Amino acid sequence: MTPEQEEALKRSRKGRNIALGLVLAFFVVLFYLVTFVKMQG
Amino acid sequence: MSQSLHNPASANGQAQGVDALVLPADWRDFYALTKPRVMSLVIFTGLCGLLAAPGQIHPLIGFCAVLCIALGAGGAAALNQWWEADIDAGMKRTAARPIPAGRMRRTDARDFGIALSGASVITMGLAVHWLAAAILAVSIVYYAVVYTIWLKPRTPQNIVIGGGAGAFPPMIGWVAVTGHITLMPVLLFAIIFMWTPPHFWSLALFVQTDYAKVGIPMMPVVRGERSTRTQILVYSILLVPLAAAPWWAGTAGLLYGIAALALSLAFLALSLPVALRRAVPGDAMKPEKRMFAFSVLYLFALFAALVADRYATTFGVFA
Repeated sequence: MTPEQEEALKRSRKGRNIALGLVLAFFVVLFYLVTFVKMQG
Repeated sequence: MSQSLHNPASANGQAQGVDALVLPADWRDFYALTKPRVMSLVIFTGLCGLLAAPGQIHPLIGFCAVLCIALGAGGAAALNQWWEADIDAGMKRTAARPIPAGRMRRTDARDFGIALSGASVITMGLAVHWLAAAILAVSIVYYAVVYTIWLKPRTPQNIVIGGGAGAFPPMIGWVAVTGHITLMPVLLFAIIFMWTPPHFWSLALFVQTDYAKVGIPMMPVVRGERSTRTQILVYSILLVPLAAAPWWAGTAGLLYGIAALALSLAFLALSLPVALRRAVPGDAMKPEKRMFAFSVLYLFALFAALVADRYATTFGVFA
């Protein structure tokens, strides 16, 4: 693997990890809020 | 989802040299796997079903319902692309998709599709309503299994029967609010069901060489252009009374009735030149392209009219 390919691999993996982290954080907040709404209802 | 370097073409069963070093799929590839453009129509009709339904829903729960519809549609689209990767590779329109383009392993798409589908159904059940979750599950299975795996490679009626998969979102939105199935969500289902064949066949008419190349028995390929054009006209005629049926049945108001009749008559008018002509070699297929473009606008406008009518009636603008 060339250094350029290695760099591209790291970039791609980092982008995926950030996207996955944001999605998970979004769902944590969403379920937290939904729980409150359900408890009120 | 694989983190290692891989050769997706080998996963697709295609010949490719071992030097074909491919980077792991980017998040954009996973997003593309959900067919965002198709999803926008699904989300919109689902949202309209939710907004037009009688009753109240907490905005956050309503948001959850629409999100689950979107996730379910995305999951089904990913499963569709997992199954059809070889077919997609052979068609110009779909060759750039993540799997045929070699940017993603086929199994990654399958796992992503299953994860999205499962998460959408469970979230819908827990956060919104279990009947809505059940209909969502049926719609995903209908699209990914009944249409993609079973009907599409076997019969030219694939899009007629399989069109039901795209007709579920407004019903899901409606049931998310009301908790039960009544005449109106069934009518909304029927409208999209009837709209799908002319919408899809107008597209199939100008990409039929692609379908023929990969052996998909689309109507223009199997029954020929003449039959397809006649059927487009028949479905467009049937759509006129069906689209107005919610008004005649008294479940939608005058605003919707006027919009439904005007839009459906325009749809019918655009189907006439498609039905009455024959393509010649080198044909630009303008009437077919115009009808396809309008068919997308038609559904957006019809469902927007349904919501506008609901609020106009609620606030006393129309009796």
